[in-house]
Amino acid sequence: MNIAIASGKGGTGKTTVSTNLAALFAESQKVVLSDLDVEEPNSGLFIRAELVHEENKFKMIPKWEKDNCSLCGICQDVCNYHAVIQLGTKIMVFPELCHSCYACSELCPQEALPMLPKKMGVLRHFNQDNLSFIESRLDVGEEQAVPLIAQTIQYVKDNFSDNIIKIYDAPPGTSCPVIEATKDADFVILVTEPTPFGLHDLKLAVETMKELKIDFSVIINRYGIGNDDVLEYCNTEDIPVLAKIPNDRRIAELYSSGSLIYDQHSEVRKQLESIKDYILQINQSSIR
Amino acid sequence: MKEIVIISGKGGTGKTSITASFAVLGGNNIVVADCDVDAADMHLLMQPDFAQSEDFYSGELAVIDQDKCTQCGDCANVCRFGAIPVIDGQYIVDALSCEGCGYCARICPTEAITNIDLNVGKWYVSTVKTGSVMVHAKLGVGADNSGKLVAKVKNEAKQIATDTKKDYIIVDGSPGIGCPVVSSISGANFVVLVTEPSVSGLHDLRRVYQLVKKFKIKAGCIINKSDINNEVSKEIENFLEKEDIVHISSLPYDETFTEAMTEGKTIVEYDKSKLYNSIVESWEKVQLLANK
Repeated sequence: MNIAIASGKGGTGKTTVSTNLAALFAESQKVVLSDLDVEEPNSGLFIRAELVHEENKFKMIPKWEKDNCSLCGICQDVCNYHAVIQLGTKIMVFPELCHSCYACSELCPQEALPMLPKKMGVLRHFNQDNLSFIESRLDVGEEQAVPLIAQTIQYVKDNFSDNIIKIYDAPPGTSCPVIEATKDADFVILVTEPTPFGLHDLKLAVETMKELKIDFSVIINRYGIGNDDVLEYCNTEDIPVLAKIPNDRRIAELYSSGSLIYDQHSEVRKQLESIKDYILQINQSSIR
Repeated sequence: MKEIVIISGKGGTGKTSITASFAVLGGNNIVVADCDVDAADMHLLMQPDFAQSEDFYSGELAVIDQDKCTQCGDCANVCRFGAIPVIDGQYIVDALSCEGCGYCARICPTEAITNIDLNVGKWYVSTVKTGSVMVHAKLGVGADNSGKLVAKVKNEAKQIATDTKKDYIIVDGSPGIGCPVVSSISGANFVVLVTEPSVSGLHDLRRVYQLVKKFKIKAGCIINKSDINNEVSKEIENFLEKEDIVHISSLPYDETFTEAMTEGKTIVEYDKSKLYNSIVESWEKVQLLANK
């Protein structure tokens, strides 16, 4: 069972929901939490667990072998990303533009562009009792998050059985990294806040989920601030609102110091319990 | 003409609210560029008139002509993105997985595959409520935010600012450290980092500043919601000092920001009290720093 926690707008509480929900599940059963916000991974700041595995992650980039090259120019012609450029008698490769499609490498008649791995980030695996936590961080200067997100999901798939609850903390927005992080999810929870920014970006996220044809529901965070427009929108659109996490300065304070909240705030706990019940329910019906 | 870019690493720190406040204070002397094209929000505070709009094309998508396809499967074999599954006996391109590399089209023996240009969104040139010009965009759902649309918005704003002899371009950047952020900050004269004193705020600030450093751009920082955690606030101040980042100001945790937003206003239009003064002072400092 794969549950992605996403949001259009950043800073609405994705990480708070992901980490606290995972911790709540871990009280009674095995759960996997995976941070897919590889550009700015934050879940790890809230999870105290033991590092059990670490591996560098690579993307494949062509490397020019000068001695084999006949300067035919095919590599430059076939690269749709302008990542391979012929300059006089030299072939230049721009790794940050390369999408690892292999076209230049495999279509080169001289085999002068073999694909070699280039490090783009690190994946770490932590364990604490029932909780397994997987985090990937993109190296600063690497521009493409998608390949690292894909490899992180693959790692989770390879290492954990299907029936374990898996929670994915997705990146913000609605563009390619979010699609990669949510497209294989069984269920998506969109975290929003009851403000005009929250509503505007929620609508974009809803459109995205509809496009992906994934079941989703909404959590309203900082409930009580702003206005009722988000709630009304969800009612009109028939989108289930799973929980309303109250607007409370104390929650912001606990969060700011890196604390989990699920065992320190009774109302938050109650709201998280109802999310958990909902997830267990869909998990049951999906098994049937 | 100076280009000032506001970024935050972490989302939800108040970046857009502060950017829009600067834009209002800058009056008619600025051009605004909303480069947070994936979930763009600034228009909700600036009320642009969407006077001019244009489609934006970036990247390609493979399309298979089923009449020409002989089901040889070569395309699926070379596709590194798993984007050509067989559905009901036909090779079909999955638009969400296709990266538009064009490899399949090149090797198809019957030339059954063509690449079409992808419409990834729209960009606009508007007049906003202060009378100044704003360039902004709307990225299509699930589109590739490669930074090209960001670059388009910024370059257009630059052109307009040059043509109309404005002093500043104010750019609302995107969260994260990936392609759109790189596009937002490249070429800037000054970067304003908006952060909050939480462990995540500091963590993301450190990462995004590493990126700013690579570009050798001067930076200043606004610590928003500074009283939510005095300890982390102090830690951020130490970090700023160590990295030689100007500490522009610290703003208190104040729900007036949200109240103003709910009425579609920036904080400087809504509240003339203490917060107003702090933001006016911040904007004055930013102008001085950008001109240094």
